[in-house]
Amino acid sequence: MDTILDILSAVIREAISPGTAAVAIAVIGLNLHFGYTGLLNFGQSGFMLLGAYGFAISLVHDVPLPLAVLVGLGLAFVFALVLGIPTLQLRGDYLAIVTISAAEIIRFVGRLSNLKDLTGGAQGIQGRTYQPAFVDLSFFGDGAWTLAPFNYTDVADGAGWVRALGGLVFAACIVATVLVGRRLKRAADPTRTAPRTGLDGTLGKVAAVVLVLIGLYALFFAMPVTYGRSGVNGWWVRAVAWTLVALSTLVVYLLVRSPWGRLLRGVREDEDAMRSLGRNVFAVKMQSLVIGGLFGALGGMVYVLASTVQPDALGRQITFFSYTALLLGGAATILGPVLGTVLFFSARILIRESARAYVPDSIMSAQQTEQFSFIVVGVALVLLVIFRPQGILGNKRELRFNV
Amino acid sequence: MSETTIGTPSLADPAARRALMAGVTPEPGAAKQDPILKVDKIERRFGGITAVDVEHLEVQRGIITALIGPNGAGKTTFFNLITGFDKPSSAGSGAAWEFDGRSLSKTSASSVAKAGMVRTFQLTKSLNRMTVMDNMMLGAQDQSGENLLKSVFKPLWRGQEKDVEEKAKELLARFKLLEKKDDYAGSLSGGQRKLLEMARALMSDPKMIMLDEPMAGVNPALTQSLLGHIQALRDEGMTVLFVEHDMHVVRHISDWVVVMAEGRVVAEGPADTVMSNQAVIDAYLGAHHDTDLGDDEVLTEGALEQIEAEVRADEAAHEAVDEAKHDQQGDKS
Repeated sequence: MDTILDILSAVIREAISPGTAAVAIAVIGLNLHFGYTGLLNFGQSGFMLLGAYGFAISLVHDVPLPLAVLVGLGLAFVFALVLGIPTLQLRGDYLAIVTISAAEIIRFVGRLSNLKDLTGGAQGIQGRTYQPAFVDLSFFGDGAWTLAPFNYTDVADGAGWVRALGGLVFAACIVATVLVGRRLKRAADPTRTAPRTGLDGTLGKVAAVVLVLIGLYALFFAMPVTYGRSGVNGWWVRAVAWTLVALSTLVVYLLVRSPWGRLLRGVREDEDAMRSLGRNVFAVKMQSLVIGGLFGALGGMVYVLASTVQPDALGRQITFFSYTALLLGGAATILGPVLGTVLFFSARILIRESARAYVPDSIMSAQQTEQFSFIVVGVALVLLVIFRPQGILGNKRELRFNV
Repeated sequence: MSETTIGTPSLADPAARRALMAGVTPEPGAAKQDPILKVDKIERRFGGITAVDVEHLEVQRGIITALIGPNGAGKTTFFNLITGFDKPSSAGSGAAWEFDGRSLSKTSASSVAKAGMVRTFQLTKSLNRMTVMDNMMLGAQDQSGENLLKSVFKPLWRGQEKDVEEKAKELLARFKLLEKKDDYAGSLSGGQRKLLEMARALMSDPKMIMLDEPMAGVNPALTQSLLGHIQALRDEGMTVLFVEHDMHVVRHISDWVVVMAEGRVVAEGPADTVMSNQAVIDAYLGAHHDTDLGDDEVLTEGALEQIEAEVRADEAAHEAVDEAKHDQQGDKS
């Protein structure tokens, strides 16, 4: 029982870690590229790395924090222009080739020993050289804090059944949310003939939000996590990181519901048709590339807030994790990137920790469980693409038409 | 500036159109009274093949002009060239075309559309994973909500969005697609997509609409209604240029016919007379189409020699023209 709880606790810690939030922001940007505009950007890690370098190097050189953030964003902006100007006039595949190579170039330049004074070479930049500027901003105070403050230990002296009850409530809320969500989706389908009921409109949406909130509370009620309030890896970083995730989601929502978002989808569907309607396709694609890239840079900055700037940590694999998370959650959906990222990283930790706990070391060593988790995640992705290609939140109707 | 001539109600009257075109000599490159589109020396080569080689062409404002020709005559390539989807090989050496008094020789496809010349495609380009309504809304020009900075603030574009939606609904109702407005465009039938593409092009209030084989793959009943739509557009004052293979359709609705063959404009004229033009018959059926190969006379030495001589003369003439052209280009370069 304790092993299971330890595993679940590790999963929850991963789910709310700043790293997950950082990748979620990058995936939100990638969603703008791939999901909405149809741009095959395989270099999102390059945007992240540039953002991280610009941010950290500026801070190391005593640049004020807001300016350091602007430097990171500015680098990504220039990077997007440099990538976009030659390739966005061509067919989509060329962008894929150029972005993946450009991201690798950034990584290798970062590793150059000639640049050791600036980037720290392959060692990277130590977190303590730039993190204080951010940590010092914390107004959370000292000491530790537990989420949720009122948890199972406060009821019946933390008996096992209270905890199990919390878990059950969480599971029930998930199931209920899925049911309400399906109902909402059916209601949105114009071909539906069944009469509308109360749960189909705003009430259903409110119910879904309330269910999610209750479920989250039940989760942390059963599995409270404790971190320092401020500190390098405390609640302050997490709060900022997830606030940024929420803000990014909001910005993307505002963008894609507008006529500008319609332009993006039009470009995704057919560039020539958009030209024949008098639209400057190149400009639209460039705007999308830049904005998605800026989200990538922001994600990179958040990523290094609780760790170090290490060029290999933001390599190709982050790009492919991002794509996996995006497909898992559902491309061209608002909440898909966040849901996909959280599930992807949680699932990997769940598999890794389970393998570590239950598979004897003679069969699989601790290092191999890490690799095993990636294998399982890879297989899961293959199955996902075959059986639910639209992802968790995606719209299956859209996939009926081959474009 | 053109608003006064566009929408002249008199052109809805067939007699008026006939009178308008009566003064035009039915020959390739004839000058029109009030041309909306003028094309000069436009040539497109793909390697050794000259797909389009048009010396001069004018399209009269306010009428329906049909562009016909056998397969491979260069009609679609010609469309692509003047709408900016392709660049002429003769660019820089005299290729020039102007639309409504504005030169379009160096303009991109999107600017051509903005200038008021909107086209459709032979292979329909509907935006499949978007709703019919979204397809239509993309047709409207100058939407402030498409500006990146304004797009975030809904109040800045809500009003215009409503107007555009109303207009889209009107057009959809006219094209009998209104009940499909929330369906994905990809779920429409081929004919409905043709209608959608045409309706979408009309969202931008074009001065001239260019239809690339609007009837291809459309059933006869729908063809009738499409023809009705096209004629209604003309009666509202729009200029229509369309490519079509079906001669009945061409004869039925077009006021003027331009015939292309092997990249050149070989004939022009009113629909009823141009069909009997010798160059048109040759282009479609071959110069010896009425020679009966089963006839013994053909098999005699004399007849064969005569045909061979004709072919040789033909080739020599072609070569002479080509050489002259090469010389010209040589001089220029």
